[in-house]
Amino acid sequence: MTDLAPYVIALPLAGALTLMIFGKRIGDAAGIVASAAIGVPFLLGLAMLADLLGRHAEERSVIVTAFQWIEVGDFEAAARLLVDPLSIVMVLVVTGVGTLIHIYSIGYMHGEARYARFFSYLNLFAASMLLLVLADNLLLLYVGWEGVGLCSYLLIGFWFERPAAANAAKKAFIVNRVGDFSFLIGIFVLSASAGSLTVGQVNAEAGGMAAGVATAAALLLFGGATGKSAQIPLYVWLPDAMEGPTPVSALIHAATMVTAGVYMVARFSPVFEASGGPALLVVAWIGALTALWAGLLATAEYDIKRVLAYSTVSQLGYMFLALGVGAYSVAIFHLVTHAFFKALMFLGAGSVMHSLGGETDMRRMGGLRKAMPVTGWTFMMGWLAISGIIPFSGFFSKDAILASAWHEGRFLLWLIGAVTAALTAFYMSRLYFRVFEGKLVTPGNLHVYDAPPSMAAALLPLGALAVLGGAINLPGPLTLEVFLEPVVGHSEVPGGIVPWVLGAIALAAGVAGIAAARFLYALPSGQKPLETLHERFSPFVSATQHKFYVDELYGRAIVLPGKALASFCANVLDARIVDGAVNGVAWLVAQSSWALRRVQTGYIRNYALTFLFGVVVAFSLLAFRSVL
Amino acid sequence: MNLEYLVFGVMFVMALGASLAMLFARNAVHAALFLVVTQVALALGFLLQGAFFVAAVQIILYAGAIMVLFLFVIMLLGVDTREALIDPLPGQRPLAIGLGGLLAAEILWVAVRGVELAAGGEDQAGALTELNQDPGNVKALAAELFSRYLLPFEATSVLLVVAIVGVMVLARRIGRVPDAGTGAESASGSNKEGAAA
Amino acid sequence: MSVAPGYYLTLAALMFSIGVVGALTRKNAIVIFMFIELMLNAINLIFVTFSRMWGHVDGQILVFFVLVVAAAEVVVGLAIILVISRRRGTANVDDVSLLKW
Repeated sequence: MTDLAPYVIALPLAGALTLMIFGKRIGDAAGIVASAAIGVPFLLGLAMLADLLGRHAEERSVIVTAFQWIEVGDFEAAARLLVDPLSIVMVLVVTGVGTLIHIYSIGYMHGEARYARFFSYLNLFAASMLLLVLADNLLLLYVGWEGVGLCSYLLIGFWFERPAAANAAKKAFIVNRVGDFSFLIGIFVLSASAGSLTVGQVNAEAGGMAAGVATAAALLLFGGATGKSAQIPLYVWLPDAMEGPTPVSALIHAATMVTAGVYMVARFSPVFEASGGPALLVVAWIGALTALWAGLLATAEYDIKRVLAYSTVSQLGYMFLALGVGAYSVAIFHLVTHAFFKALMFLGAGSVMHSLGGETDMRRMGGLRKAMPVTGWTFMMGWLAISGIIPFSGFFSKDAILASAWHEGRFLLWLIGAVTAALTAFYMSRLYFRVFEGKLVTPGNLHVYDAPPSMAAALLPLGALAVLGGAINLPGPLTLEVFLEPVVGHSEVPGGIVPWVLGAIALAAGVAGIAAARFLYALPSGQKPLETLHERFSPFVSATQHKFYVDELYGRAIVLPGKALASFCANVLDARIVDGAVNGVAWLVAQSSWALRRVQTGYIRNYALTFLFGVVVAFSLLAFRSVL
Repeated sequence: MNLEYLVFGVMFVMALGASLAMLFARNAVHAALFLVVTQVALALGFLLQGAFFVAAVQIILYAGAIMVLFLFVIMLLGVDTREALIDPLPGQRPLAIGLGGLLAAEILWVAVRGVELAAGGEDQAGALTELNQDPGNVKALAAELFSRYLLPFEATSVLLVVAIVGVMVLARRIGRVPDAGTGAESASGSNKEGAAA
Repeated sequence: MSVAPGYYLTLAALMFSIGVVGALTRKNAIVIFMFIELMLNAINLIFVTFSRMWGHVDGQILVFFVLVVAAAEVVVGLAIILVISRRRGTANVDDVSLLKW
């Protein structure tokens, strides 16, 4: 069964090509074709999972070779896929959530002019992401990495007639490029020190690498991860990426592409371990700070998609926090649950936008749960999950992260995590209360309708998963942690009262956040404590609302010098120096020809004189050879 | 005094003098006639060295046919009798004389050295005299010409034919050939006057 | 004792140089041609001298060929000069300077 792995990538790729070429002719069926192109891989993924489960834990690592790709001297990189627990989990998440989102898009993008192309891009994205997670060597992984970056650009800028969308796509691609550059250098370092780019080889050699080399490689790889997974300092593209259609936000910027960085760090954990501390320290702290930072920014946003975007950045920070303390399977656990509830909430927001004619400002919405029950109730599931309320999936994964931090002795990180948990619950509740509770408010008093069947068909399963998803790591015959153990190692789970206390604290944090939000935004008595709060802390509020001026900082520090450099190159280097050199050569030729043309006097006798001169010279050379 | 030396002296003076005179002659006809004198002097030189056939051919062909042709053309064109004293092209005359003198010096140097080297070997002059006596000069020439040098010989004949044809084509004129009975006229040959001028 | 070949070669060298100078200095096309013939004559003298020096007739045969070729060349050359000067009305080579820049 595992040798069907290449088809997991080939089917969406074929779907993308088919839709690109025959899109117009297929018309509305494009959505179904695309969904099938990713639904079948999901089934294949299940089959492969069953295959792996049927084996012993140590044998759950299968390499499937598709074809030999590069073979140059000592260096070789084959198109080889690695099927093991970690990649299977990722495959199932990508194909499972992906299929639901494809189905959702059938309804959401209905009537869109470039319908088929949208699905073509989605399929292409799926193919690239699956290539990324299944790749057995870094070069192939990088191909997938770049592929998802490309598709992200294409999909964010899908409505490219809108300048905002085009700029957002450009920003996403360029910021990602910075990360990709770091990633590429990291690949070079690993190739040089491990002698190969294969996952197995690199991880095996990692132990023998000098700590400095391993740290350098790990940090460079992590640089790529900060770009792709929107961590500090390269997170600025993700909020702007909300210009793209909502299914894109759900799939790429919540569930899959942004998780590529998390996957990559987990996959190459031996390299990070080999650095002896610095690399993982950086990872954990960047993750924690990003989580807090993004959480603060989310509290000031009025655009519902941007709140969700910052929330994604924040939750990704949690995942990196977990990776940084060595709890790799916990990070993957949170990756899975986050995929469920974040995609769910994005699709829910999309349903709201669909019904309200594209409105995204939460100040113009209210009380929608009564009017849109399916959307409202499923969104509530997602909200409770992300707020870390028991027994929803988010509680278990978030609690596991905080517990790992505590158990590794990283108390400061634990504190940041706990505060951020409260903050998360706060801003999510803010969003929920303002949009779904209270009086019915719609822009222009539209008549709202609930999600159509195709969209509901995605919301409901995701809602269920948001509720029940925690089960995959509950103590039992096979937990996620145990499943992933052969790949990422074992992390100690101590017993005793401590886990329960920590769990209670995590729960309390979530409840506190919800209560605070309810106090500020949803008091039935109509009081407005919010205004007083804003007045008391107005500079802070203003700064938060301006996203802490990060984009402006980047603009001044990086974009402006970059533009100046480009202008210099174009106007001085190119126009003056290069063109000048070329023109100079031409000028030189013209000048010398002006001078030399005087030789052509037209008089035969002058030419004869030249003959004579030549004869004399030749004769001299011949005659006086012995003398000279 | 050796008769040969005397004749050689005469020949030398005649040839060189006529050449120089040719150089300074203003009239083209004068120049042509001086050239004839030079060629006769050279024929004398050939005779002195035992090249009898070539001497005869020199007179017959060169002085007798080629120079006559020259004179025909000079007369035909009606050449200016005076050539200007000053050369209009700047630097032409000094440079020509200078380079020419240089060339003369070099050739002389080489010639003298070469002769010195050759003199170190056997004197072959006697062999030529023998050839002249035994089969005779003409026969000796013929023997070589029609055996070893047959191909160049045939090639030169082709060359001559080509030259004749070429000249005929070149100098063709559209002339009027009076028709015998009617007195009407028709063009001869095809049209381009002066052909390939 | 015959005259040393060196003298003949000297004469030939001088004649050749005179021919060169004359060819470059004169303006009438036909006169230039005559100086070229002078040069060829000098060459003939050299060949004959060599024939005597080496003791075989090859030099004279070459003279033979030179003569024939010179004849052919004169014929064609004069025909050309004829045609040109008919066209232009002058035999002055300085007037044929169309290739001047």
